[in-house]
Amino acid sequence: MIHVENLTKTFEMGESAVNALNGTSFTIDRGEMVAIIGPSGSGKSTLMSILGCLDVPSSGTYSLDGVAIENMDDIQLAEIRGRKIGFVFQQFNLLARTSALENVMLPLTYAGVRGKERQEQALKALERVGLADRTQHAPNELSGGQQQRVAIARALVNEPAILLADEPTGMLDSKTGMEILDLFQNLHNGNGQTVILVTHDPFVARHTDRIIKLSDGKILSDEINPHPILAGTPRPEEVI
Amino acid sequence: MLLSENFKVALRALRANKLRSFLTILGIVIGVATVVALLSIGNGATASITNQIRSTGSNLLNISPGRQQVGFRGGGETRQASHLYYEDYELLQRTLTQNISAIVPTVQSSYTIKYGDQSLDTSVSGTTAGQKDVRALQVANGRFLTDGDNKSDALVAVLGSQIATDLFGSTPPVGNNISINGMKFMVVGVLESKGASFASPDDNIFIPIQTGYDKLFGSTAAFNGKQTLNAILISVKTTNAMNTVSAEATYLLRRSHKLKPSEDADFNIMNQADILNTLNTVTQTLTIFLGAIAGISLLVGGIGIMNIMLVSVTERTREIGLRKAVGATRNQILTQFLIETLTLSLLGGIIGILLGVLTATIFRVTGLISSVITPSSILMAFSFALAIGVFFGLYPAFRAANLHPMEALRYE
Repeated sequence: MIHVENLTKTFEMGESAVNALNGTSFTIDRGEMVAIIGPSGSGKSTLMSILGCLDVPSSGTYSLDGVAIENMDDIQLAEIRGRKIGFVFQQFNLLARTSALENVMLPLTYAGVRGKERQEQALKALERVGLADRTQHAPNELSGGQQQRVAIARALVNEPAILLADEPTGMLDSKTGMEILDLFQNLHNGNGQTVILVTHDPFVARHTDRIIKLSDGKILSDEINPHPILAGTPRPEEVI
Repeated sequence: MLLSENFKVALRALRANKLRSFLTILGIVIGVATVVALLSIGNGATASITNQIRSTGSNLLNISPGRQQVGFRGGGETRQASHLYYEDYELLQRTLTQNISAIVPTVQSSYTIKYGDQSLDTSVSGTTAGQKDVRALQVANGRFLTDGDNKSDALVAVLGSQIATDLFGSTPPVGNNISINGMKFMVVGVLESKGASFASPDDNIFIPIQTGYDKLFGSTAAFNGKQTLNAILISVKTTNAMNTVSAEATYLLRRSHKLKPSEDADFNIMNQADILNTLNTVTQTLTIFLGAIAGISLLVGGIGIMNIMLVSVTERTREIGLRKAVGATRNQILTQFLIETLTLSLLGGIIGILLGVLTATIFRVTGLISSVITPSSILMAFSFALAIGVFFGLYPAFRAANLHPMEALRYE
């Protein structure tokens, strides 16, 4: 499904060059739910950009669904993003003054889906995240959790191969954050959706089946998490 | 993505910021309106001058005294004032017979005119009966001068319409006596108004030329014991014969003025077409000049659009990142922002044209300034506005399209 080998990414910073990724290799199979964790500066954002086809690696190979990504041009990358990847961001990134339904329809618009079909697919996606009764609300009329659900519906609407979530609970209170994690777990368990969760929070990471730890652009550890936390379980600190 | 979807997105973005969009297009509105209005005023000036010259009579040669000065002439040579003489007129009248419908002499001078307690200063033209046809004058009341008036040295005058109104008000002038420089003249006719125009007869008084020489003009119309003229008008039968007649008149006058071949002529022969061309050149220059000024304001409007679009791109950095993340290509982002700019300039162009046409119409209807709205000036203003939209929209659009999606998404 996802296979990366020897990925490097170098940024020119004036005279010197910074290696954000330094020879990263791993494989993620269809239907896995994986957390990529690391402190800021560990290269997890860069890795997410490359996995999400927002950027290409400086060297190394990346194959997604059997398609080699590393040498694609802008148009091909845009198409892959539109068809195979669903993004969920910390900041939701919904279009302001635009209804939930239209926000969810946006990827379909760029994918060339039109008219009734587009609306039906968007409604179905909103139903899956439990927002069937909020389709005409603009983002500022929705709570943070609801906004993130709209964003997840937007990510799901194209039936993507990967759901790529970047700190999806970062802007939410812990209870709402749990609801969002619950939604991810349901999508994973119920529909076999591949989910990659990028976070700095070990507790959030432990909700997944597998945890990849990054540090200084290299994989520190890549371990199966045999007993993922069920969403809704309180944080250890909170128990006390 | 369809173009119509792009337009919808653009319109929504513009609607979201109504006040800002309005202020942005204001620059284009004013620019386009100014272009349309000023061009139509320029065209109006050209048209009215052309009409005025046509209405003064066709196929006219105007001979006036004066050397044509070409280039700089050095030396301490004292130059004699040049003159046209009544005998020149008689010579032309006698010699030129072919292709001529009339030859008319004019001598002109300014005097104080009085009627009752009304008094004004205006120019008095001594001329012959032919003046009426040559200059296409229309008599409103009474009659024009006749050959008989000239033969009998009659103290009669024909008034231009403005003079008649100024002196007489609502009283019918014909049959009343006016005083020109203290001498009594009887008004025998009043001309119809030709409107304020080039060499308008409205402010003129016409008297028989012989009466003028004998009783009024005195030394102002004499030089070296000869009677002088201010102009000789020759009305030529056909346009084709104008050059021939002009050459013949030149030859006759040079000979009678005893000019050496090396000397410049001491008179000018102006063809109506020449006058028309000269004035058209002037008004065209004026039109271009006005258009250029308006064009500058359009340019400023364009810079305003670019400024706002750059702000808009910066403000919407995250939106652009998101659109890219959900599958928008570079070109689709470019198109979206370009269409936004185009929509702004298109709207501004349409409103500006309406405003410009309205302004020009108000000018025309109120009679303030003559204006002619031509489709070409509208088309020009509109395409210029569009071109400015594209030109000033490209840079912000490229900036939006070239944003790196990840950096754009993280933009605070």
